[in-house]
Amino acid sequence: MQQNYDEPLLKQDFTVQGGDFIHAGEVSSKIKSILKEIGMSHEVIRRASIATYEAEMNVVCYAQRGKFYLTITPDRLSIIVEDEGQGIENIALAMKEGYSTSSSAIKEMGFGAGMGLPNIKKNTDELLISSVLGEGTRVAMVIFTKP
Amino acid sequence: MTFRELAGILDAEVVVGHDCMDVEIKNAFASDLLSDVLAFAREGALLITGITNPQVVRTTEMLELLGIVFVRGKKPDEDTVKLARTKKIPLFCTRYIMFEACGRLFSNGLVGCITRVDDAAKL
Repeated sequence: MQQNYDEPLLKQDFTVQGGDFIHAGEVSSKIKSILKEIGMSHEVIRRASIATYEAEMNVVCYAQRGKFYLTITPDRLSIIVEDEGQGIENIALAMKEGYSTSSSAIKEMGFGAGMGLPNIKKNTDELLISSVLGEGTRVAMVIFTKP
Repeated sequence: MTFRELAGILDAEVVVGHDCMDVEIKNAFASDLLSDVLAFAREGALLITGITNPQVVRTTEMLELLGIVFVRGKKPDEDTVKLARTKKIPLFCTRYIMFEACGRLFSNGLVGCITRVDDAAKL
């Protein structure tokens, strides 16, 4: 029987609260456990963990709240992040290593060095970012799971 | 090098991880920028840092690093210690500055998990 590559094997949503630095990372941790449980390859788990965690920190640092939509199909995993927040004025600029608009408080936490989006790009196979200034940002990440 | 040896070399206090002092570490990454840790550190490395908030443990968890050394006499926040206990991530505190801590570990055989950022680009 032919496998339907669009049929999700797993779908799950998560909510991230902006500004909650104590719990920041919990959603990434949960997603990582799920990927481990279903037996994803080590490399896929590593890339997904880094990309998800960077995206989660972006929500915590720059948005009021965000939703993470995890979908796993037979050949890929997709994580879509939609946040209500300040948005990104210039996405091309934000993708540049070292470019950052972060506050000194975020920098003191060890983030906001302008490495987040470039690092997400590095650890995903497809990345689509759209944003409306003052409303929010949508980050769609895909990682292929078949070698 | 084992964590026990590391603690001796750095005259370090063991905050979490008394039960894994015989775990062997081979390489390390040192930075106060977690963004850079996420971009350049490699699985299995030791993290040497001055950042003490819970995100340092999250970063360690995500990258599957082996443990954290806090330098310059910094003490991890209570939430950081709690999270590290839950995640079973060893924490050490040393009064050496980052440069000294790295130098002492390096001269005892611990190397960088990468040597130049060009290496990271190749992976």
